[in-house]
Amino acid sequence: MSAAAHQDFEQPATFAFTDEYLAQAKVIIAKYPAGRQRSATLPLLDLAQRQEGWVSKAAMDHIADMLEIPPMRVYEVATFYTMYKLAPVGKHHIEVCTNVACMLRGSDAIVSACSEHLGIGVGETTKDGQFSLAEAECLGACVNAPMIQIGDHYYEDLDKDSMKAIIDALKRGEAPKPGPQNGRHASEPAGGPTTLTTLGSKPVGEG
Amino acid sequence: MLRDQDRIFTNLYGFHDWRLAGARARGDWDGTKALIEKGRDAIIKEVQDSGLRGRGGAGFPTGLKWSFMPKEVGERPHYLVVNADEGEPGTCKDRDLMRHDPHKLIEGCLIASYAMGAHACYIYIRGEFVQEALNLEHAIAEAREAGLIGPNACGTGWDFECYVHRGAGAYICGEETALINSLEGKKGQPRLKPPFPAGVGLYGCPTTVNNVESIAVVPTILRRGGAWFAGLGRPKNSGTKVFCISGHVNKPCNVEEEMGIPLKELIEKHAGGVRGGWDNLLAVIPGGSSVPVLDKAVSDTVLMDFDSLREVGSGLGTAAVMVMDKSTDLIKVIARLSRFYMHESCGQCTPCREGTGWLWRVMERMARGEASVEEIDMLFDVTKQIEGHTICALGDAAAWPVQGLIRRFRPVMEARILERNRAAAGAAA
Amino acid sequence: MPKLTIDGIEIEVEPGTTILQAAERLGIEIPRFCYHERLSIAGNCRMCLVEVQPGPPKPAASCAMPVAEGMTVKTNSPMALKARKGVMEFLLINHPLDCPICDQGGECDLQDQAIAFGADKSRYAEAKRAVTDKYLGPLVKTEMTRCIHCTRCIRFATEVAGVPELGATGRGEHMEVTNYVEHALHSELSGNIVDLCPVGALTNKPYSFHARPWELKKTESIDVFDAVGSNIRIDSRGPQVMRVLPRVNDDVNEEWISDKTRQAVDGLLYRRLDTPYVRGADGKLKPATWNEAFKAIADRIQGVPGSRMAAIAGDLADCESMMALKDLMTAFGSTNLDCRQDGMKVDPAIRASYLFNSTIAGIEEADALLIVGANPRWEAAVLNARIRKRWLAGGFKVALVGQAVDLTYGYEHLGTNPQTLQEVVDGSHPFAAVLKDAKRPMIIVGSGALMRDDGDVVLGACWKIAQATGMVADGWNGFNVLHTAASRVGGLDLGFVPGEGGRDTRAIVEGAAKGEIDVVWLLGADEIAGERLGKAFVVYQGHHGDRGAHRADVILPGAAYTEKNATWVNTEGRVQRGRLAVFPPGEAREDWTILRAFSDVVGKTLPYNSLAQLRDRLTAANPVFGAVDRVVPAEWRAFGIDGVMNTSKAFALPIENFYMTDAISRASRTMAECTDVYINGNDQKKTGTHD
Repeated sequence: MSAAAHQDFEQPATFAFTDEYLAQAKVIIAKYPAGRQRSATLPLLDLAQRQEGWVSKAAMDHIADMLEIPPMRVYEVATFYTMYKLAPVGKHHIEVCTNVACMLRGSDAIVSACSEHLGIGVGETTKDGQFSLAEAECLGACVNAPMIQIGDHYYEDLDKDSMKAIIDALKRGEAPKPGPQNGRHASEPAGGPTTLTTLGSKPVGEG
Repeated sequence: MLRDQDRIFTNLYGFHDWRLAGARARGDWDGTKALIEKGRDAIIKEVQDSGLRGRGGAGFPTGLKWSFMPKEVGERPHYLVVNADEGEPGTCKDRDLMRHDPHKLIEGCLIASYAMGAHACYIYIRGEFVQEALNLEHAIAEAREAGLIGPNACGTGWDFECYVHRGAGAYICGEETALINSLEGKKGQPRLKPPFPAGVGLYGCPTTVNNVESIAVVPTILRRGGAWFAGLGRPKNSGTKVFCISGHVNKPCNVEEEMGIPLKELIEKHAGGVRGGWDNLLAVIPGGSSVPVLDKAVSDTVLMDFDSLREVGSGLGTAAVMVMDKSTDLIKVIARLSRFYMHESCGQCTPCREGTGWLWRVMERMARGEASVEEIDMLFDVTKQIEGHTICALGDAAAWPVQGLIRRFRPVMEARILERNRAAAGAAA
Repeated sequence: MPKLTIDGIEIEVEPGTTILQAAERLGIEIPRFCYHERLSIAGNCRMCLVEVQPGPPKPAASCAMPVAEGMTVKTNSPMALKARKGVMEFLLINHPLDCPICDQGGECDLQDQAIAFGADKSRYAEAKRAVTDKYLGPLVKTEMTRCIHCTRCIRFATEVAGVPELGATGRGEHMEVTNYVEHALHSELSGNIVDLCPVGALTNKPYSFHARPWELKKTESIDVFDAVGSNIRIDSRGPQVMRVLPRVNDDVNEEWISDKTRQAVDGLLYRRLDTPYVRGADGKLKPATWNEAFKAIADRIQGVPGSRMAAIAGDLADCESMMALKDLMTAFGSTNLDCRQDGMKVDPAIRASYLFNSTIAGIEEADALLIVGANPRWEAAVLNARIRKRWLAGGFKVALVGQAVDLTYGYEHLGTNPQTLQEVVDGSHPFAAVLKDAKRPMIIVGSGALMRDDGDVVLGACWKIAQATGMVADGWNGFNVLHTAASRVGGLDLGFVPGEGGRDTRAIVEGAAKGEIDVVWLLGADEIAGERLGKAFVVYQGHHGDRGAHRADVILPGAAYTEKNATWVNTEGRVQRGRLAVFPPGEAREDWTILRAFSDVVGKTLPYNSLAQLRDRLTAANPVFGAVDRVVPAEWRAFGIDGVMNTSKAFALPIENFYMTDAISRASRTMAECTDVYINGNDQKKTGTHD
């Protein structure tokens, strides 16, 4: 990440947590022993991002101040972890896993489906600010490949059509159902599990 | 094949209620107090007797690791930290354990913490697992509400708190000392060892870091006895294991099986076989991206456990089996992994920071055939200059897939180069 | 104590020693980039890998690995050599190899070690990384593509300087050493990161592209910009000082120097007095010959009684010239002498009353500290780093009475007023108990606290605190005066103070204003307001056309500290010798020779013809001058005045601008730029062509 001064979008001058997020921040800080409040750096950056959609320099400075640590230590953390967006992204930030398990099952096609359907390339945001597209490293849902993450949810067992259907649903303002898009329940083999069939208890059908 | 009644994760697929009531129905939190009252030494001995080896990839004996913690709690508190930063490409088992069986993990946390004199446990979960973290937090709240954890946990007199700490996107935080740094609010850069976490860990205090699966199997081991667990699989490679089978199989899945199950059986029984049949198999990465790739000949017979896979120059790792059929461009696959390691290098130490990018760039050329045959040897040598020269094992993990490719598939690489050079020569003429 | 074998040689070392340190004891040098003995261990460069048995079959980082009983270490085995060669290659693949245009060339660790341990050619055929340069202020130039990420600069800023503004952002091959915000590094010690940088990523900005190291003459000398007496190396080319670097002296400056010490030397080029001047009948200063200048003085002082003559020594004055001037004034029968332009009140007869008795290294042994009316960060930046070092080690309570400033370490601010000090004296303030309970309590009294009208009462109060809290006992003396002037302790030691019936600085100035003093000799005294000297005839002897020279009737061009062999005594009372690196410009001369020559002219010939003889005279005046480089402990006696402090006047600080404190730094363009950046707050990177 280059320094803040080199960025071509506007950095807000100030940042403050809303009352709701501030309350959450306090709960988080209390998880750690007294004097170890620095541990809350990562979760607080996450809260700032949830509030603003991205992490501004003002937010980093504010968090440094809250946690009584030098701002540089927060800049280091914010630039180290990939989940922090140091520039604004789309309202729906689509991250397509392209690591090997997904690659073997067609993640390239998912990337191009997104790209074609949204008219943007990887690393770009739609003009209306609704969608942005990124490649992700392994998201840890490899037996449900290919898969993507949008916000807090995984969408799994995708193909071009289901990918486009998710985008269309989001465009319509709906909340598409997360998880496998091909009828699977979770990580069991398609068509039904080969194990855990003799224990007698009935599935409750809840994931 | 493992019998269902020997399976530990009976809600692996989430067909049943993952909450406290469901967990209790499956036997979790049953007589936990009695388990704890066996005492620290007995718990550690039982775990040692079970032969349990760490399920996070390195395979270090869990009971032995616990025994490194100071026997008495001094001025510095002890901590248990659960490594839920699941990110090894191909691996998605801990996700299922946390979202579908969170109480097994929490119960394990209590027992393990007690055994090591820890009153607090932090579960460091990768940031992307938002839903899994929510399930865990819900389960922790339930357990606390029910008096299973918190002050006087399970009526044992032991105070125990369990916290979820979310990461923020860094594979390296799966390395235990990087994880500790990250938990302290720092960059996830591995620490120099010694000192080891059992002496100087979280906040400078004695700390043990264990994988989710390693901790989650502990309550069952204690209930059924170390001997039961040790009786599954082979000596030093005992117990059950959650395998993740991905890639070119007909039915990718997670499945809990007995350690030492033949790779072929694992794939055919549970994952519906290789796409296009076993003979269409090109290669298998048997333990997550960091272990060297196997060719078909080895895959035909190899057993899925630590020692068998080490004997064939690979490793069990996280038991994430990535299957590739003959349509696969294996050089491209390994190049993709090289890109991954470059992306995930923390940048702290020289060989990894500089070497992973070098590997990736050469691998990209190898995938296109834009190289000379001699460069294959150079590439191998570069991997050898990374391996063993770094602070943590990420350097090794970056080196091994490339080494595996060169060892087992060098002719494919050479052919690619010759083909490209011929085409270039043709175009020039 | 563990015994181990390194390259076949057995050695026994303290537990906790690292392999690298143990090897160093045997004279076996293991190459390294990130390791630095005064910084925390990072272990990241991997250059120091060695083979260790028993252990895993891979090399270990010797900088971080503690020794163990029975260990066998091979620093030059095939395993170690191969690893080292590999690391070297990795370090170079993304390094620009632009040595011909790099200021570090010729004194570059990377260059040297590449020659010693690297391969003859690179196998890297891919595109190299380019990194954007960073703005770190007017003193440190960056060329970040050259950075090898050793993090020495980050660790220095965080640990030693106490200014945690540097860090490494991003990760992997995109990791960048930066301050992220493009503003100047807010430290008075920032230049040290240039020395620490093992490559050409951080270089000396004012010096950039001015010289190559092999062109420079290196002269070991002593700094005069404060009273620490930092040990320095003056690098010169021909008549010009090109740069100043620290020398290692663990007792004084370890291996750090302040930014003023390092960067004010361009002030030696400007506003120099390179010929004598005499004020003509028209009131204008005109160039003159030495004879004309001497004659003008001799004519004026003819018949003036000693009681109507006076001399004031400035803050940079050396001991030899002060001794000569004192002897001359004595020959004239004058006792109106003072080396304290600021009027600070110490007892010249009792050495312990004006020394930093604990010594600078002694700070590390203290366990409680009370600072009175001082800002050590500005008054003695390197000494302040020593206080911080002690503070970082823990178990060290620090309190301050005086102006609250950021000292880079935590302290309790007790108050700004002498009233608070009085409470500590009375024992009614809780910190008195802290000092009393401490094993080695310490007080640092700043010149700001002693230059007040009631300075001698403040001194007495601090003496009482020392007495009451057991600061002086068992080989420990925690009573410390922190001076800001390099000349001060030497001047006090040799007696450049009012003699029998003599006037001090204030009385001299008042006397001159009232017409009771006819002649004032200013030996580099630039802090005296010239307009207050009335109609007195002023001789200014010094090297810069600064405040003193403007008021002078005769100017005698002297030598700056880099231009003479001379003695200074630091705030601890350590006698140290500076050495001539370049010759004074034009007609300027070493100061004692000027006085010696003038004494001839007026028939009061000083009894020394050589520097050696003059130094014998110094030792005769005070035996401490014979103990060069050492600190002679001072006898503890009662001093100060028992009285009432002026509680309506808060303690003030003596320095308003760290970067401009004397004639040289006021002439320095670099210090002017620092003033703009750090004092006036223009610390953001300038845009366009400014940088």
